[in-house]
Amino acid sequence: MNSAAPEPFTVVVVSAGTSDPSSTRLLADRVADRSCELAACHGRAVTSSVIELREMAADVATALVSQLITPRLQTAIAALGEADGIIASTPVYKAGPSGLFTSFFDILDDDLIIARPVVLAATAGTARHALTVDDQMRSMFAYLRAMTVPTALFAAPEDWGDPALNKRIDRAAVEFVLLMESGFASQIRDASWENYQHEYGSAGGTEVGIDLDTDLMRLATGGPAA
Amino acid sequence: MQFGIFSVSDITRDPVSGETPSEAERIGAIVRIAQKAEEVGLDVFAIGEHHNPPFFSSAPTTLLAFIAATTKRLIVSTATTLITTNDPVRIAEEYAMLQHLSNGRMDLMLGRGNTAPVYPWFGQDIRQSLPLALEHYNLLHRLWREDVVDWQGKYRTPLQGFTSIPRPLDDVPPFVWHGSIRTPEIAEQAAYYGDGFFANNIFWPKEHYVRLIGFYRQRYAYYGHGTEQQAIVGLGGQAFIARNSQDAKKEFRPYFDEAPVYGHGPSMEEFMDLTPLSVGSPAEVIDKTLTFREHFGDYQRQLFLMDHAGLPLATVLDQLDLLGAEVVPVLRKEIEARQDPQTPAAPTHAAMVKARYGDQAPRQPRPNANRGDNVTGGSPYQDTVAESRPQYPNL
Repeated sequence: MNSAAPEPFTVVVVSAGTSDPSSTRLLADRVADRSCELAACHGRAVTSSVIELREMAADVATALVSQLITPRLQTAIAALGEADGIIASTPVYKAGPSGLFTSFFDILDDDLIIARPVVLAATAGTARHALTVDDQMRSMFAYLRAMTVPTALFAAPEDWGDPALNKRIDRAAVEFVLLMESGFASQIRDASWENYQHEYGSAGGTEVGIDLDTDLMRLATGGPAA
Repeated sequence: MQFGIFSVSDITRDPVSGETPSEAERIGAIVRIAQKAEEVGLDVFAIGEHHNPPFFSSAPTTLLAFIAATTKRLIVSTATTLITTNDPVRIAEEYAMLQHLSNGRMDLMLGRGNTAPVYPWFGQDIRQSLPLALEHYNLLHRLWREDVVDWQGKYRTPLQGFTSIPRPLDDVPPFVWHGSIRTPEIAEQAAYYGDGFFANNIFWPKEHYVRLIGFYRQRYAYYGHGTEQQAIVGLGGQAFIARNSQDAKKEFRPYFDEAPVYGHGPSMEEFMDLTPLSVGSPAEVIDKTLTFREHFGDYQRQLFLMDHAGLPLATVLDQLDLLGAEVVPVLRKEIEARQDPQTPAAPTHAAMVKARYGDQAPRQPRPNANRGDNVTGGSPYQDTVAESRPQYPNL
């Protein structure tokens, strides 16, 4: 290892907030800022970018009903694929993550964010939906095999003035930064990538290449089926 | 380079007139369209295969034989023949028969089919579609090259001492294109056998096609069939042409907006921007088509989808007039001027016969007499090589 400064972490915020300003986005920004500060204490810089799903709602809908991924959506997906850490924040509509939020993740290749550290965050008009994060968001990211930080972030209107929210944000940010620092995602990539299913041309496609040493490839070249 | 059209055999309501054609009308129309393709100077007509409404082409070789009988130069082909839900023995038989009747003016493109319910109708399971396709083609490849076949596999009952009849015309099997968007194993199989590879090129991101075609070329060379530049590649595409760009967009828009394949989604302009769809003047269609070889390399066959989305027959025939008179002649000239001199021509029956036999007369299989049991036995033809002995199981 050389002694040059390590690469900054790239953090991508995905916000499904629909107003501007948006409390959903605010919550995500608070986590991102706190993560930045903590990483700086450990001598690591963070570059963060934001995907505002509100700005690409039509692109998301288009991708859902046709096989067309617009360049803008393509850029967002590529950024997500390259991120060291992801902060995913959604408003709660009809007692769950919003359709825009889940639709965006529906479009992604299943292997895009395997082992990636993800902070889950949600906002709602009432505290009755606090379990949305652990119940509904965590299970979707489980399907994507992401490494969700243990602390779920949820803010109802009364939480914004409460110092307890800052404590939770802090806690989530510490978990997030430590996971990024551990290099877990890239270690999984090196050690175990082929153990996950990949579709051709998906997240694993561009680096990994086409595996010729499989039963299907042997069958393709005249071998037996079994 | 070969230019032509393909149809998926859809029967779609005309959104402008509000009428849905009958199956009989569409079948009559497709015959007329294929004949028109030859009249305007195109080289290829290809038909799809489906087994449910709203399509009509469940018997591609029947249709193509009729078209071959009523044309003189046109090459008839498929887009695609189902290599999964068809018995490879029946594919071998039917397409060899077509090959004879068309005097070699045919080839075929194989695809897996993505309509899930079709599989169980034919005793198969879509979840097995890839190994099924690969195994089926391995068998088809043998059936066309070995007079007597002993074969055992997973997806079909075994064959012992089996001869697929008729033998291919001049004992040269039809050329096969393998169609795929995202499956490297299909590209590998095409490369292994030295067959062609076809990308439908309807939806992008083109990165998938680019990579798969590149892989196919690499593996084609690896298996010793030629250089990467000499691999055989075909592309699809879609066009709607009018003399004037604005008119093309105006006329096609109502069809685009309601088309089953891409209607009710993104705008036509967005689609044109992001996919190979060309809607405009002949010059615009020419320019856009000429960009394909920049991404995919020099290729051998370009097919256009012209009859879908409910376009009435009269419109499709007008389209073919424009394609044949204004677009394809320019494309032929431009591509010939630009392509790498190493680029081979698309395989034709005549060229394959020449390559196999040189100046000798091609083999014309003459069967031995029926032994009275209606079974092939080891020597079905007078010149079947002696090594073809069937391996009968010990009982």
